[in-house]
Amino acid sequence: MSDATLIALALLIPLAGSLGIALTGRFPNLRETVTLVTAVTLMLVVWSLLPQVFDGGRPSLAVWEMMPGFEIAFTVEPLGMLFAALASMLWIVNSVYSIGYMRGNRETHQTRFYACFAIALSAAMGVAFAGNLLTLFLFYEILTVSTYPLVAHKGDANTVRSARVYLGILMGTSIGLFLPAILWTQTVAGTLDFTEGGILAGHIAGPAVGLLLALYAFGIAKAAIMPVHRWLPAAMVAPTPVSALLHAVAVVKAGVFSITKVITYIFGLDFLASEPSGAWLSLLASFTILAASAVALAQTNLKRMLAYSTISQLSYIIMAAAVLKPLSEIGAAVHMVSHAFGKITLFFAAGAIYVASKKTELYQLHGIGKRMPWTMAAFTIGALSMIGVPPTAGFVSKWYILGGSLEAGNLVAVFTLIGSTVLNAAYFLPIIYRAWFRAESTPPSRDHGEAPWPMVLALTTTAFLTLAFFIYNQPVIDLESQLVGRMK
Amino acid sequence: MNAFLDAFNYWVFAVLLMIGFYAVMARHNLIKKLLGLSVFQAAVFLLFISMGKVDGGTAPIILGDNWDAVFSNPLPQVLILTAIVVGISTLALGLAIVVRIKEAYGRISDIDAPKVKSGADTPS
Amino acid sequence: MSVTAHLPALQVVVPMLTAPVLVLLRDARLCWIAALLTSATSFAIAVALAAGVLDGMDIRYAMGNWAAPYGIELRVDALSAILLLATTGASTLALLGGRRSLLREIGDARLPLFLAAWLLALAGLVGILVSGDAFNIFVFMEISSLATYILVSGGPHRRALPAVFKYLITGTVGATFYLIGVGLLYMMTGTLNIEDMAARLGDVGASDLLYIAIGFIAIGLALKAAIYPLHAWMPNAYTFAPHMVTVFIAACSTKVSLYVLLRMDYAVFQHNLPEQGLHFALILMPLASLGIVFGSLAAIFEQNIKRILALSSVAQLGYILLGASLVSAAGINASALHLFNHALAKGALFLAVACLGYRFAKLRLEDLRGAGRLMPWTLTAFALAGLSLIGIPGTAGFVSKWALILALMEQGALGVALVVLVVVSSLMAVVYIGRIVETLWFAEPPGEDPTVKEAPVMLLAVTWLAVALNFWFGFDASTSGALAIQAATDLTGSAP
Repeated sequence: MSDATLIALALLIPLAGSLGIALTGRFPNLRETVTLVTAVTLMLVVWSLLPQVFDGGRPSLAVWEMMPGFEIAFTVEPLGMLFAALASMLWIVNSVYSIGYMRGNRETHQTRFYACFAIALSAAMGVAFAGNLLTLFLFYEILTVSTYPLVAHKGDANTVRSARVYLGILMGTSIGLFLPAILWTQTVAGTLDFTEGGILAGHIAGPAVGLLLALYAFGIAKAAIMPVHRWLPAAMVAPTPVSALLHAVAVVKAGVFSITKVITYIFGLDFLASEPSGAWLSLLASFTILAASAVALAQTNLKRMLAYSTISQLSYIIMAAAVLKPLSEIGAAVHMVSHAFGKITLFFAAGAIYVASKKTELYQLHGIGKRMPWTMAAFTIGALSMIGVPPTAGFVSKWYILGGSLEAGNLVAVFTLIGSTVLNAAYFLPIIYRAWFRAESTPPSRDHGEAPWPMVLALTTTAFLTLAFFIYNQPVIDLESQLVGRMK
Repeated sequence: MNAFLDAFNYWVFAVLLMIGFYAVMARHNLIKKLLGLSVFQAAVFLLFISMGKVDGGTAPIILGDNWDAVFSNPLPQVLILTAIVVGISTLALGLAIVVRIKEAYGRISDIDAPKVKSGADTPS
Repeated sequence: MSVTAHLPALQVVVPMLTAPVLVLLRDARLCWIAALLTSATSFAIAVALAAGVLDGMDIRYAMGNWAAPYGIELRVDALSAILLLATTGASTLALLGGRRSLLREIGDARLPLFLAAWLLALAGLVGILVSGDAFNIFVFMEISSLATYILVSGGPHRRALPAVFKYLITGTVGATFYLIGVGLLYMMTGTLNIEDMAARLGDVGASDLLYIAIGFIAIGLALKAAIYPLHAWMPNAYTFAPHMVTVFIAACSTKVSLYVLLRMDYAVFQHNLPEQGLHFALILMPLASLGIVFGSLAAIFEQNIKRILALSSVAQLGYILLGASLVSAAGINASALHLFNHALAKGALFLAVACLGYRFAKLRLEDLRGAGRLMPWTLTAFALAGLSLIGIPGTAGFVSKWALILALMEQGALGVALVVLVVVSSLMAVVYIGRIVETLWFAEPPGEDPTVKEAPVMLLAVTWLAVALNFWFGFDASTSGALAIQAATDLTGSAP
């Protein structure tokens, strides 16, 4: 199959899956089969693009001209390839987990859930492969809209209020800031194509660069930089599989991925490094890392704590990208992967605890490790990865980011890395301690063991991936070195 | 004074127009509003017809031996013939609506007074 | 001459002559079929004319073979072709999907007469669009208005009557103002043909009388086009009209008046008066901006779902006017695009509302709590069409908003300020559309009513067709874009 076909398939397969899910809604087993088959097919298609990108190829697909001067176009480059490969792989694991969660929890409207999930994945693929800013914006918005029903899934008053915050912030910032930024870019540069080395150099200078960067950084609120991070804790009202795949991987990574792409392909690293007015971004990212960690420390609800941890971890990626050194750029890409593995494991564990015991608060978790050893072992691995302890994935990416920051002489970034590691340890270690070494304070209302097996299977898999990535990470680094190599 | 008399027809037009417009705006009774609307339109008809008049002109009919007669412009009259038909139809439709308002509300004035909060009385 | 040469005349004649036939037919079902076929024929003619315009043809037709400027001339250019498509398309879709809704609201007995009025309204609207003669435009305007008054008052609700009375008074005053202006122009130029008028006005030169004429024409048409602050008649007329009538008139009737305003001002006045462009911008730009803000703001605080959409139309017309008031080719391009795309979005939204209206007696938000759960297809269609209204990429609404913003960016600092306005207003659209969707989907229903189910299949299918069109023209704006570019070139003399 030609590259263009493969790219088109990557976008269309989840859509077709969504349709199939809607049509087979009356037969749950068939419907879940459709989801799994779609997910597996998608992964095969996406991964079949990998060898070519490794060889330095840039498969592309120009669909059609939307209006004079604007094309819907896709180009696969290393960063997008990594994002798509990651999201498509984790979708399979997450689907297995969803089946356990949704059934174990007796959720309603499951057909709508799976159908919207598939559309969201299609949008994530579109974001990953977008060849110009307008295409990226198009799929970015589809992603926002298709995840709204997922966030509002439960439908009670509290959920609806949170979903309103979710939609309001994401849509408000994208229309109010991101779109004007795109327009500004179009007006000064005359093009919106992602070009190696950037398109803005020579067209804009001085404080305007900082302002434009701000429009992008805050307009792409999916990256959850403070103060546009509020939607992420609000989105925690969604069923846990949504929090796990979308709000730890697909949606938030689409945000940081978009910012990284804007920095590398629209501004250009060299151009941005030469403009002092763009330097604030790494400072703000540092602030977000520390502030979100501090807020996480004060949380009592497990999922909200994980959400603030996500905000902090996302800013690692932004900070790493904004340090503007090759090592840190690789670190940013690697952290996208390692955080994805670690955080999805943590969310899976949180969901498993909820399904098995209906517990959601941190103080309820005393002694739960004895009842759910597999779940809590996975949780421990995920938490260690968040802190950055070897032998977990988190260590690898932090190593690279630290290397890049030292190379750049960016002491703020170095200090932030150290400080946040301490904070991460401070909010994850007590949970692990309580779960394994404290006795249950009150006996649970009903006796329970592990969650349903599909969930345990899923979280064990991702925990394994978190460990495996520590050893087997060379392909990712090779892939992204290519990115840096080309940029130099 | 001469300037006033020369433009006499335009003064009539302006005064009639204002009388009609005042009635449309200020009267609460719907029929009086419609009467005002008719006066308002009639003023415009006068404007058109009087502008087509040429001093000493006669109707544009071929008069046999008198070929050098000055004709008034017939086109405005033709136009206003159409406009009068439009005006009559509007008046008729307006009155029909007033009849239905009377049937539905039992009165033909102050229907629009904001007694009912907006949206409180919705379509079916 | 072949039939194709007569298309401009047939565009008007077909619906106008079918109308009396319907009165004679006297059978609801037959009449519906006849009206639908007539409307579809009109649409087909409009498509043929638009294709001709895209081929670069200069479509003119001398009525009765009397050559212009003495005879009456029909003329179709890109701007009128865009609106012909929107008008005949909206009418056809509304008739196609609306049989049961119309039967419910109008009744068997009155339907033939009602549909006759419908076709007359259609004939009047397309008449305005194909006419090249200022007085004929007045006549067609009155034909369409009189028929529209009948359509609006045809519904079962008594509040339609005062609404339509207000509409009648405002409409007649507006049309009469326009007539005064045309009369004064005739006094100065001795012609009623728009092109001829443009050619001869140069000899007359600027005078107080000319400005008075311009003022009368502009105010008269602004009344009919519901330009802020002359829009007071519009929300109630849309709200209390039968649902299908709202679909039809909301998509096109005010836009047709706006079209006349643009045509007269650009082709006749700005062509001859050097400062007229500036005057036009100075007066209309503030009104457009106020309309955008006021309309969106009022929509946010409204309760009745139809009135929310009507008030949103005030804002959307503001976008169209804002583009036009830039007096640039790019601005007209944006306006022409939005004329078409807004008709698509609003048409689809009102169709979805018609689906709701078929099952629910009252259309206030509190009466519709949880309605989306009973009618998921309707609500999804509404939400998708709402995205087009907001201007999300991939929808038709985005294409025109993008064009508008690019046109604004050409204007320097003022343009940037106006971009902010447009963006803020788009966010307000997110609020009022979001509020409806949220209430319909998530609010607890007042009481479970198991009898409520999806709208009739035909109505639902047509609604989804309209939604699909929004996405079609969002993804492939080449046709609408080409027409808009040509319209801009025609009116301003330079390509955008």
